[in-house]
Amino acid sequence: MVMNDLAHQRRLFYDRYIRWLFIAAAFLMSLLIASIIFFVGRQGLLTFADVNPIEFFFTARWAPSAHAFGALSFISGSFFVTLLSIAFGAPLGILGAIFMAKVAPQWVRNILQPALQLYVAIPSVVYGCIGLVLLIPFLQSSFGVRTGFGILSASLILAIMILPTILSLSDDALRNVPPALEEASLALGATWWQTIWHVVVPAALPGILTSIVLAMARAIGETMAVQMLIGNTPLIANSLLTPTASLTSNIVVEMGNTMFGSTWSNALFLMAFVLMLLSLGMILMIRRLGQRRAV
Amino acid sequence: MFINMKKRKNLMALTSVLMLSAAIFAGCGGSADKQSAASSGDTLEGKISASGSTALLPLLKPAQEEFQKAHGKVTVNIAGGGSFTGMNQVAEGSVQIGNSDVDLPAEYQGKDLVDHKVVIEPFVFIVNKDNKLDNLTREQIIGILTGKIKNWKDVGGADQQITLVHRAKSSGSRATISDIVLKGQEFTDDAVIQDSNGAVRTAIAGTPGAIGYVDAPYADDTVKTISFDGIKYSPEAIINGQYPIYGYGHMYTKGEATGAVKAFIDYVLSDEFQNAQVSKLGFIPMSKMKK
Repeated sequence: MVMNDLAHQRRLFYDRYIRWLFIAAAFLMSLLIASIIFFVGRQGLLTFADVNPIEFFFTARWAPSAHAFGALSFISGSFFVTLLSIAFGAPLGILGAIFMAKVAPQWVRNILQPALQLYVAIPSVVYGCIGLVLLIPFLQSSFGVRTGFGILSASLILAIMILPTILSLSDDALRNVPPALEEASLALGATWWQTIWHVVVPAALPGILTSIVLAMARAIGETMAVQMLIGNTPLIANSLLTPTASLTSNIVVEMGNTMFGSTWSNALFLMAFVLMLLSLGMILMIRRLGQRRAV
Repeated sequence: MFINMKKRKNLMALTSVLMLSAAIFAGCGGSADKQSAASSGDTLEGKISASGSTALLPLLKPAQEEFQKAHGKVTVNIAGGGSFTGMNQVAEGSVQIGNSDVDLPAEYQGKDLVDHKVVIEPFVFIVNKDNKLDNLTREQIIGILTGKIKNWKDVGGADQQITLVHRAKSSGSRATISDIVLKGQEFTDDAVIQDSNGAVRTAIAGTPGAIGYVDAPYADDTVKTISFDGIKYSPEAIINGQYPIYGYGHMYTKGEATGAVKAFIDYVLSDEFQNAQVSKLGFIPMSKMKK
């Protein structure tokens, strides 16, 4: 009886104080996130003490030793690489997800699903390397261009890298469509294809769009593979096959060798801050999409 | 009650394991201490921390091992991070030695940093293997690097576009080439930028018509090394002053080096280390230049 009492006392003790553990963890986590945002933002915005914002955002001459800090080529590089990788990756991913969710027999699903998760685990430097040894020479010979580095090669590899995101999230969305909708459509005489195209896909659309926006966030933040394939030169690309640079690629190439606190280093932090704001915008977009239901 | 007993047992087991391992470690440590003290018999002790240039890392790692073997009470920590990281940290005082491939830039002047040149780092120009040319003059190279010459036929080669593959604007190698070869003229931006020697070499090996520069040890047989102004690169050509493209590996200290730090830098500069390791890694010993 005494023992029982003690055990009970202990449970009460845990019950009272364990919440502080959770609160402390939550507090620490928020503090970490907030201080990172604050640090990157502050360091980045210090750039404007030396550089005109108009110069930073709307000119493309990046020559830090001559005090020229125009980041337009990086911003446009990031923008086009992301857009093009979605243009390649999204249709493929969505069709694949429809196959996985509605067409594939169970045993194929059983193989495909773990395989998909596996390929999230491949480090991006490996994708970059594959691009460097296979894709670049292929683009060189098939388009007869000088190098093959550029937006096209980077976005082709990125399209492959974002596939798992689109596939698995769209697959979930498609499979969460209530069976009643599907059955009703079939019962009304719609063919199987009509049902998928006109009922299942529209019903899953918010989920599919969310997967695409998440994939965009992944694509715009991807650094290593892009850096290895884009060419990294601060010129606005005049074709898909000329070397250019993106925000991430320029940060990774230059940050390690700039003096912290110099205008150059601050400008790189500002580029990171711009990336953060872009991702934030995308996350807000996802939340809006998630709230809306088409059917 | 029963559960409690079980837990206590686990706890006891854990404690005994910990104590046992602690005893083993203590035993090891003790004997190692005695050994080194007996063998060296010197008074050097303390910790040396260094950071900076990744190009110097393969050179300093063996130095660290040998030095620690000789001086049991000294611990040496060497990290990478890049030349500017090294100079930054030594200026702030967070490390004792800052390794760098470049001379002290203007921002760091007046911060009481003392330069120790420890090694010579030669650079070579490399081209794709299909390139028939063996030599480029200084004027031709300047024309290519500044973007004025865009086709190999203008320098006596095949009718093929030139692709410049090289390093980022913040790179120490790029700064060296800019100082020695370009002498103030600007590189063209019409180039492919890679962020390491190895990546530059890979890109040049895979790109017909490509040219770039790397630290000499990186020029292997996947690419073709070309002569500069008629002089083929060799350590001898640098030593007798014919081949001009090289920089120094620096170890910066804040104020004059003292104690273990001084001993470590002296060790890196010693004939014993320079002759055994430096040439093997493709660098050139400092002592050879002084002759």
